[in-house]
Amino acid sequence: MSQMPVAPDLVSFSGVTKTYSGITALDGVSFVIKRGEAVCLAGENGSGKSTLIKILAGVERPDRGKIMFSGVEQVALNPRLSAASGIKVIFQDFSLFPNLSVAENIAFSAEISTGATWFNRARIQTLAAATMKRVGVELNLNAPVETLSVAHKQLVAICRALATDAQLIIMDEPTTALTEKEVRALLTIIRRLKADGVAVLFVSHKLAEVLEVCESVVVLRNGKKVADGPASEFDAAKLTRHMTGRDVASAAPTPIDQSAPELMRVEDLGKAGAFESVSFALHQGEVLGISGLLGSGRTALAKALFGLVAPDSGSITLDNQKIVLGDPLKAAAAGIGYVPEDRLTEGLFLLQPIARNVAIGRLEAHTAGGGMLNLQSLWGETADWLKRLKVKAANIEAPVRSLSGGNQQRVVLARWLARGPKVLVLNGPSVGVDVGSKAEIHEIIAGLSAQGLGVIVISDDLPELLSTCHRILVMKEGKIIDDVAGNAITEVDLAHRLAS
Amino acid sequence: MMDVIRKNLARNETLVLLVILGFCVLAAVSDRGFLSVPTMTDLLRGSIVLTIFAVAAMLVLVSGGIDVSFTAIAAFTMYATAMLLNTYAPGVPWYLAILLGMLIGATLGCINGILIAGFGLPTLIVTLGTLSIFRGFMLTFIGQKQITTLPPGMREFGRMMMIRGENADGSFYALPWAFAATVLVVVLTWFILQKTMMGRSIFAIGGSVESARRIGINVRGTQFFIYVYVGALAGLAGIIHSSMARVANPFDLVGLELYVIAAVVLGGARLAGGYGTLSGTMLGVALIVLVRNSLVVIGVPATWQSVAVGILILIGTGLPAWQAKRTAAKAA
Repeated sequence: MSQMPVAPDLVSFSGVTKTYSGITALDGVSFVIKRGEAVCLAGENGSGKSTLIKILAGVERPDRGKIMFSGVEQVALNPRLSAASGIKVIFQDFSLFPNLSVAENIAFSAEISTGATWFNRARIQTLAAATMKRVGVELNLNAPVETLSVAHKQLVAICRALATDAQLIIMDEPTTALTEKEVRALLTIIRRLKADGVAVLFVSHKLAEVLEVCESVVVLRNGKKVADGPASEFDAAKLTRHMTGRDVASAAPTPIDQSAPELMRVEDLGKAGAFESVSFALHQGEVLGISGLLGSGRTALAKALFGLVAPDSGSITLDNQKIVLGDPLKAAAAGIGYVPEDRLTEGLFLLQPIARNVAIGRLEAHTAGGGMLNLQSLWGETADWLKRLKVKAANIEAPVRSLSGGNQQRVVLARWLARGPKVLVLNGPSVGVDVGSKAEIHEIIAGLSAQGLGVIVISDDLPELLSTCHRILVMKEGKIIDDVAGNAITEVDLAHRLAS
Repeated sequence: MMDVIRKNLARNETLVLLVILGFCVLAAVSDRGFLSVPTMTDLLRGSIVLTIFAVAAMLVLVSGGIDVSFTAIAAFTMYATAMLLNTYAPGVPWYLAILLGMLIGATLGCINGILIAGFGLPTLIVTLGTLSIFRGFMLTFIGQKQITTLPPGMREFGRMMMIRGENADGSFYALPWAFAATVLVVVLTWFILQKTMMGRSIFAIGGSVESARRIGINVRGTQFFIYVYVGALAGLAGIIHSSMARVANPFDLVGLELYVIAAVVLGGARLAGGYGTLSGTMLGVALIVLVRNSLVVIGVPATWQSVAVGILILIGTGLPAWQAKRTAAKAA
């Protein structure tokens, strides 16, 4: 029997360690990536994922350990060398040029690496078209990238990585901004790439959905590799357990009291082009989920409930009082709170201190007359809420930007809870937060419901809906097409109803 | 079809073009003599220097920066060149005078380039600083008196006419060859922006500096090129200005930079960078020149000039911005 010659692994890390001013970011990590293989690198924020990407991309040098590309040891890796070896990083923000065309975005780096002086539009169009064909996508080559959806921007970024000779594509948080359907499309493309001999490294804290295309899994926690093995041996629960080091419950919430009085009633709400004839009731202590794909009208509905979008018709009643539509200040005064999907741009004053971000919601309750504020009671209450929601901050005077995603979300929650709302609308409550914080946010939601608050959770994260909501409304093309009890449906069934 | 119309209406270029046409109709109605070759040559002559400035300012805006020092570079260059040539080489022909001016301008632009590309300082701060320094340096060390006798080369260039004619009433009209220099500048800049990797890199860094760095664009080199090129253009504009005016007045030009940037923004360039076209820039200049030269024709007092320009800027840039906001609100 003759021995088949074994091709060396595409990338191999052995005992790679990196410290930043005394803090160990990576601690003796070893793993391999084979040609044409997809590897899933899982870990929470701060587990060392980004450091690992930076080392692979040649941006950072490890303190110790050996890195080999195709069997050749790399002692002095730099970004140019790494790119020349076919290692391409697709950053979370895609690093595209919004003002340039799809074709230019795809072919620009390839053109630069040829050292061309003249800009050859025909060659760029040809290369871009060929690359898109290879990946199996169809986009208008001349469309400016800023007009594309997030999913399409990601496709452009993938094409750009492939336009130059790519051996390994590293995707940083590839699925966080995508809907389920778009994730499906992405997986199809990944399969094509693998068949083409390109390896893929997924780096994320939200990986259950890409497991099916991966050959192997590596889990990092606090800079150490805590688990690895074939992807077939992992499932979502096991991944989460390794990432967090503990079990995160995902059981359905405790059912509410059937006799709980009605808190809020939405009748026949409509907005041309967004949603129509939406009616539902929310009871005290009930957590109501509203789900739907992107474009189903869920975001517009969420905004309409808080007055950020003015509906054309219908009514919202809270505690038997009709609420003035299309006016967020009146909605807030009536007792509705709204936590937006995009905390960073819609919900927080990023450069302002944590404490001020909470206090801003309660200025009117702490006036000392003559336009002055009673600062003592204001800061007292603020600190109290931060403590109650377990915001982990060394200093409440530090800017909110310095907090992790989960803690930022808690700051927004604290601001609203300090106002003592009756109904809280949470739009994508755990978008961009890690698994551990997500579970804690879900606990907070359960706690609010136990106190009798009505909570509306708008999300397309199905496990999240199933583990927090008593009832789930499914939206499609602006209409509510389903109203199901949270404990009477499985994730697969729900996903099917969303996409059907 | 309606969609195409609506899309084009939202563009600054279309708006500016419509305003220009409207203005011309009004002017033609109030003054039968408006639509004539002499008015045309007057307007074209008035736009020679402004267009060169505007092309330079547009290039900087596209790259995501802003330059306010180009008028000071132009004033410095024309004054220093006239002084140098008068003192040391009065016999130099016009093309060498222009070359010298462009070299001086490029050298001053080089200072901007070193501060911006080399030290990574903010463009507005740097050029505000150099605006003041270039001007102060000229007034202190070179001179403050007008030079009324230009070197022969520059005088000759100012007298070279492409078109010359006599009106029915016996007055003259003419279009100087300097206009050809402006055309050359526009063509050369178009070539750089559309046909070279350098030009596309200018658009790329205007779109996202960070992304440009990540894919290996030489950001510093590109920025350095921009400020040197802009300096050379400003130098050229300075020489042309004094040749046409037949005088080198050190107090000229500075103060024009806001009109120029206004023209460029009217033409659709975005202050945030990444966007700008030569056609839009030329339309913007045409509108500003029309307003500056011909507002009187349609019966608006000359003192209202700056008010009119201000209103144009607010409408011309505000309307598309407002429309974009409305579209975004609809999409949400």
